Amino acid sequence: MVWRPTLPTDSTRLDVRKTYKLYIGGAFPRSESGRSYVVSNAKGKFLANASQASRKDARDAVVAARKAFGGWSTRTAYNRGQVLYRIAEVMEGRHEQFSSEVAASEGLSISKARAAVDASIDRWVWYAGWADKLAQVVGSSNPVAGPYFDFSLPEATGVVAVLAPQDSSLLGLTSVIAPAIVSGNTVVAVTSFERPLPAVTLGEVMATSDVPGGVVNLLTGSASEIGPWLASHLDVNAIDLAGILDPEEATALEAASADNLKRVRRPVQEDWTESPGLSRLTQYLELKTVWHPIGL
Amino acid sequence: MQRERSWAGNRSRLPRVTTTDTGVDSLADVTSSEDRLRRFLLGLPGVDQVGAEARAAALSTRSIKTTAKAYALDLAIQMIDLTTLEGSDTPGKVRALCAKAKRPDPADPTAPQVAAVCVYPDLVATAKFELRGTGINVASVATAFPSGRSSLAIKQQDTRDAVAAGADEVDMVIDRGAFLSGRYGLVFDEIAAIREAAGDTHLKVILETGELVTYDNVRRASWLAMLAGADFIKTSTGKVSPAATLPVTLVMLEAVRDYHEATGLHIGVKPAGGIRTAKDAIKYLVTVNETAGPDWLDPELFRFGASSLLNDLLMQRTKLATGNYPGPDYFTLD
Amino acid sequence: MGRFEYAPAPESRAIVDIKSSYGLFINGAFTEATDGKPFKTVSPASEEVLAEVSEAGPADVDKAVRAARRAYEKVWGPMAGRDRAKYLYRIARLIQERSRELAVLESLDNGKPIRESRDVDLPLVAAHFFYYAGWADKLEYAGAGVDPRPLGVAAQVIPWNFPLMMLAWKIAPALAAGNTVILKPAETTPLTALAFAEICQQADLPPGVVNIITGAGRTGQALVEHEGVDKVAFTGSTAVGRAIAKSVAGTDKKVTLELGGKAANIVFEDAPIDQTIEGIVNGIFFNQGHVCCAGSRLLVQESVYDEVLARLKRRMGTLRVGDPLDKNTDIGAINSADQLARIRELSQVGEDEGSERWSPECELPTQGFWFPPTVFTGVSQAHRIAREEIFGPVLSVLTFRTPAEAVEKANNTPFGLSAGVWTEKGSRILWMANQLRAGVVWANTFNRFDPTSPFGGYKESGYGREGGRHGLEAYLAH
Repeated sequence: MVWRPTLPTDSTRLDVRKTYKLYIGGAFPRSESGRSYVVSNAKGKFLANASQASRKDARDAVVAARKAFGGWSTRTAYNRGQVLYRIAEVMEGRHEQFSSEVAASEGLSISKARAAVDASIDRWVWYAGWADKLAQVVGSSNPVAGPYFDFSLPEATGVVAVLAPQDSSLLGLTSVIAPAIVSGNTVVAVTSFERPLPAVTLGEVMATSDVPGGVVNLLTGSASEIGPWLASHLDVNAIDLAGILDPEEATALEAASADNLKRVRRPVQEDWTESPGLSRLTQYLELKTVWHPIGL
Repeated sequence: MQRERSWAGNRSRLPRVTTTDTGVDSLADVTSSEDRLRRFLLGLPGVDQVGAEARAAALSTRSIKTTAKAYALDLAIQMIDLTTLEGSDTPGKVRALCAKAKRPDPADPTAPQVAAVCVYPDLVATAKFELRGTGINVASVATAFPSGRSSLAIKQQDTRDAVAAGADEVDMVIDRGAFLSGRYGLVFDEIAAIREAAGDTHLKVILETGELVTYDNVRRASWLAMLAGADFIKTSTGKVSPAATLPVTLVMLEAVRDYHEATGLHIGVKPAGGIRTAKDAIKYLVTVNETAGPDWLDPELFRFGASSLLNDLLMQRTKLATGNYPGPDYFTLD
Repeated sequence: MGRFEYAPAPESRAIVDIKSSYGLFINGAFTEATDGKPFKTVSPASEEVLAEVSEAGPADVDKAVRAARRAYEKVWGPMAGRDRAKYLYRIARLIQERSRELAVLESLDNGKPIRESRDVDLPLVAAHFFYYAGWADKLEYAGAGVDPRPLGVAAQVIPWNFPLMMLAWKIAPALAAGNTVILKPAETTPLTALAFAEICQQADLPPGVVNIITGAGRTGQALVEHEGVDKVAFTGSTAVGRAIAKSVAGTDKKVTLELGGKAANIVFEDAPIDQTIEGIVNGIFFNQGHVCCAGSRLLVQESVYDEVLARLKRRMGTLRVGDPLDKNTDIGAINSADQLARIRELSQVGEDEGSERWSPECELPTQGFWFPPTVFTGVSQAHRIAREEIFGPVLSVLTFRTPAEAVEKANNTPFGLSAGVWTEKGSRILWMANQLRAGVVWANTFNRFDPTSPFGGYKESGYGREGGRHGLEAYLAH
């Protein structure tokens, strides 16, 4: 049972418990492996059984993300911004649910949990506003020494694998997914192993916010188990190792990513409450430069 | 010994460029060689994709209500080539389709008839028998429909068989492979050969615009087909996606309009495949009206290649007449 | 088979609720004007009186400026960008929710076809607020320094041709940058601005951040000349723009101006002909030609002159002039009796100067202000109709032989707002764009606007840009 703040309730009513599944291709399947694992709160009390994603789920998620990439990356920036803003709108409506899940997962007081949810929603709003501005800040027209019109434009790199932070179950998760998708990338994320519940609710928000299926895929389970499969996957274009705490493990994943020259973001200790800056926004961008003669 | 000057030979070969020929004659020169044909086609004005699609979208915003809607619905029904082109077609299926063609609305005998029924050549005789005395034409596909990948001899025989069985109209396909590899002369000659095999039978030439891809190609193929003798140019076989679209049809309507300006001849246009709703059909009629002009608002010059469209037109017609939204149970499946 | 006559397809008026009279929107509430004379706003399609509107006199202007100053100092100026963003997002959403109502109101008050207000104006209005909402908390990335500060209180005066859209172009960036505003809509088109005031209330926007004061030239002048204003933004005629520039001389006020134009729409022989005709028609007949960046001079390469004119006239024959609320109307009413008189006068001048005038046959309604789409051929640079902004559905056609000649003629004007180039050759598009002295160059398209795309003029078409990252500069101290 998910911990809830003590409110006057009719104590004879039994509540309907929530089921926590994977979010792949816009749908909520269980793991193809049939596995699940116990999720406990910070004090060790049972919260739920979460689906434990397998490498085949990861494989399916990459297929879904690749399928969604063509459509998502060719939408207008304005449209992507609208979708991200809608995610914030729907999250706002589920504020209490998120707050209780974050509080239970991370062992926070309800007021600290609410603050984390506030920050997460505000972060979606911040990123939503970037969609139609990135090209203006990152792109350029270049004054080459010749009669050519020369311009450089950012483009999404493709499918981004994200090993989400282990500690920050919603704000950290938001901070690694939003910057990837706002520019048109699609994401396969392995959530925090011990604190996966807010991620599943975020998946539900996405499913009801006009986010096309496959743009974000959320796999609850072990980043150590799934990570190597994503790192070596030849159809993944970039990988964020934020959720890998062991330096040797991170090094191995980075080495495996080198096979198809994935763009790699190494794990560092991060304060998710700080303003993110441009770093993750530009991490998953390619830059295309075009030349065209100027003449009669 | 006097050396022959090279320009002497050149000078004697100079043709006259300005001519007083008008109409079809002014274009005769264009088809006198593959080279001239290619240069003519490549010299046609380009089509800006964004602009063409924006124009089609703007035409789609026309709001057609009440009397205008009633007119459009009835006209659209009369323009339908009711079609079945499946490997599993049988005489029974064709009979059912013909019955529908004759009486589209089981509840309303005043509903107009369709223009034609369109079938494969080996079912023409069946359709002809069912539709005798009704004034509804039988159109037959031919020329190794839908791919067109067969010898010219086979395509000609296919055409002759259809005509012999009594087809009033023949829908042929062009060789898209030849077109895309720039062999315009071959495409032209094939159309001319089928034109001959069809005799006086009405000939529609299917461009398969989904495979031509660019609007520039659609414009060129339209002109090529008209120059080669098409009575109608048709968008698609319906077997390839995308089939008919509004912008493609717009470009073809512009082509027939320009051809008419140049020659005085009226060539028809038939979008086929993918037109399922009355709303869509009305958008096409608006486009005809504002592009080629009112002359083309006539089954003699505009057709819809469709099957499920008919029931949606009938449902909209019923709603206009009764004020209620009807349901599919009240209209027949063929 | 007969003609396809489109039956009337009227958009319902029931969606709007126009009050019989309006006060001034100052400090978050509608209040009665103290020392102005109320005036009426009419529907130009029927001359029906729509509402009575207040005139803000000098005391009202002063009240509004002081309200904006208080709001700037106490609330909006100190507010975090993230929170300003959220207010702007709310406003954007409210506009989306009330789009149909606002479009109908705009068509009633302005005379433009509902299809345009519904499909062009309103989507752009919402998009402008969405775009600038996203800048409010990212100003350090706008290219104006690491901690750009707002200017303070902005006085904004807008014209009647795109009332709500011009309001969005002014208010959205100003608020995003942290300024507060007093906006005066044009006297013939105040209603959507007053509806916007309601939207500010629905968004719980702090009082005084946006103030809407109605009135005519006097009110605008009082507002612009008020000492308590840090910034002046004006869109309208070049004549008034000059007067404003003079009046701020020697003060600390920052000014941006978006003024008139006489754009050249240049058609080369290898243009994609059918889309070009659409672009010519859109360039001068969209919004009845009441567009500062209208393609009012058609420069056609001589080699394709006959073909272009023939196709243009044929296409003009399908334009539908009529009731702005009819969804099939292409060309609506002229905004006012004054404007109609001016268009008629200049058209007569065109004839007197020896150009040939042509319009398709169209039946014009008897009530209201109407002018048929018109084209003048045989026009040369020396003619008044090639130099002066008519601001109506009147196209002047000139010819050229070479790209250099086209550029010369296009640039031979005190204006410099926009230009169009039609050719399939990419290098020529870029060459022309380089040479043309115009703030906006449209190639193989025309009259395209987007909140991300900076818009503004060279020379007497004004200075400053609206839209895009550059549009913030006008409202930041740097």
